[in-house]
Amino acid sequence: MAKPLKCDLCDSQATVHLTQIVNNQIHKIDLCESCAEAKGITDPNGYSLADLLVKPPANEEVSEPAGSLVCSKCGYTQREFKKTGRVGCPSCYEAFSGLIRPALETMHKGENHRGKVPLKAMERRSYEDRLNELELDLKTAIEEEQYEDAAKFRDEIIELKKSLAAQEIE
Amino acid sequence: MLIKSIFGGKSEVTGSSTKKCPVVLMTRIRLARNLADIPFPGWAKAAHREEVLGTCLPAVASLAQMKRGITAELGDLSELEKQILVERHLISRELSSTPDQAGVVISKDQSVSVMINEEDHMRIQVIKSGYRFKQAWNAINGLDSELENTLPFAFSNKLGFLTACPTNVGTGMRASAMMHLPALVISSQMEKVVRAVNQLGIAVRGLFGEGSDASGSIFQISNQTTLGESEEEIIKRLSAVLKTIIDQEMNAREKILEKDCNKLYDKIGRAYGILQNSHLLTSSECMNLASLVRFGVDLEMFPEKTRNVVDGIFIECQPGHIQYHATETIESSKRDAFRAQYMRELFENVEKPIYSLKKSDGSDEGKDAEQEDTK
Repeated sequence: MAKPLKCDLCDSQATVHLTQIVNNQIHKIDLCESCAEAKGITDPNGYSLADLLVKPPANEEVSEPAGSLVCSKCGYTQREFKKTGRVGCPSCYEAFSGLIRPALETMHKGENHRGKVPLKAMERRSYEDRLNELELDLKTAIEEEQYEDAAKFRDEIIELKKSLAAQEIE
Repeated sequence: MLIKSIFGGKSEVTGSSTKKCPVVLMTRIRLARNLADIPFPGWAKAAHREEVLGTCLPAVASLAQMKRGITAELGDLSELEKQILVERHLISRELSSTPDQAGVVISKDQSVSVMINEEDHMRIQVIKSGYRFKQAWNAINGLDSELENTLPFAFSNKLGFLTACPTNVGTGMRASAMMHLPALVISSQMEKVVRAVNQLGIAVRGLFGEGSDASGSIFQISNQTTLGESEEEIIKRLSAVLKTIIDQEMNAREKILEKDCNKLYDKIGRAYGILQNSHLLTSSECMNLASLVRFGVDLEMFPEKTRNVVDGIFIECQPGHIQYHATETIESSKRDAFRAQYMRELFENVEKPIYSLKKSDGSDEGKDAEQEDTK
């Protein structure tokens, strides 16, 4: 007898052995009974073996709202996303976050970006955020007839716009 | 005119690999980048794609690294030109098949290429011969920072760089090494390696990426995940896997030499004989023969200078390149004859292999050299 095989997922003895041939490529998988059950393997025809190890169990369907989502920015639909696996524009990540978030979790090593941060883009954005804030402040100050404050805000806006413009020239 | 400038210069892909890295032919890193607030190319209307091309093409072309390089819109390239760029790994098949409002900028030394309106607005790529992740990363990081100065990239604090496909989100980085693994293939261990490596979130593909076969025993090994780790962490993790594969390959080589020396001599001797004498060669057979000769170079059966001849063949025996060298349009069956003739000429002056091996030659050196970069 050959040495008993170990389960591909834990260290117990493997008793479930599956072999699948896709495009002349042989995929084999050995699992112990409890892991096989946890993975929900009852019908090996319905599975890609590679997916079993890489992706989480395919049971628990992701609960979705009945209506189909649409990105308000670019008009991309949930159906399109399901079909292609791609999104339409940067804002789609917000629009479909309920669908993308769980997918990212299984696809990647983590859920949060830990790599390079584009400094200029961040700088530019924080300037723009501050500008929006000031414009709002200015509006309320005028409405409330706080003209001294309004003048202060106005000056600050002019300064900020100047430095933004200077940045773009650089 | 474009083709001439491509063949005129030296290329990171076809030259300059050394004995120091017998296993890793070349290192490649690509970054996916998109402009904020504009739909991704696959969903964008023509006007948006036009806008992206009009913004990115000049921004990239004006980089110092691209001086005297090639800047082209895909629509202006002939089918043959596109095929040659694909065979040189400078553009993807996807880009060459969707040429509307798409462009590419390639540096003079062909080590940098930027595709515009592929799956993402920009795909920045740096290629280095041999095993040089650190240099490739430094080069591409610099390029990316310069572009970022003028182009507003789509970026989220939580998810990082936003990409058309969620599989690239975060760093948008794919780092890959092109590895020559003849001993693992001969001893039928590749399947085992692929399986083990896949479980670590590392992908194995053939020479020309997704769906391509592994002719020439050449494999592309790359990271699959892009979110949750920094670029350095991804490269470090990938390097650890590559190092293990190099060790496995070297062990397999030693084992074959110990056990089946004649079988190996036979394979390499036959490969040499066919390359010198055949009259019909398909590109895939040609790749496999060249691979065996390269293995022979690693074992010092052929003089070291043969290495560059062989590495050149991996690119030069591809259909587009053969077509170009043939100067007139030829059909695929004639291409095989032309390819065979080309090989006979190349191998006419390659000396007969030496069939007396000093065991483990090259392997230790190789390990040392390739470790240097991982530190």
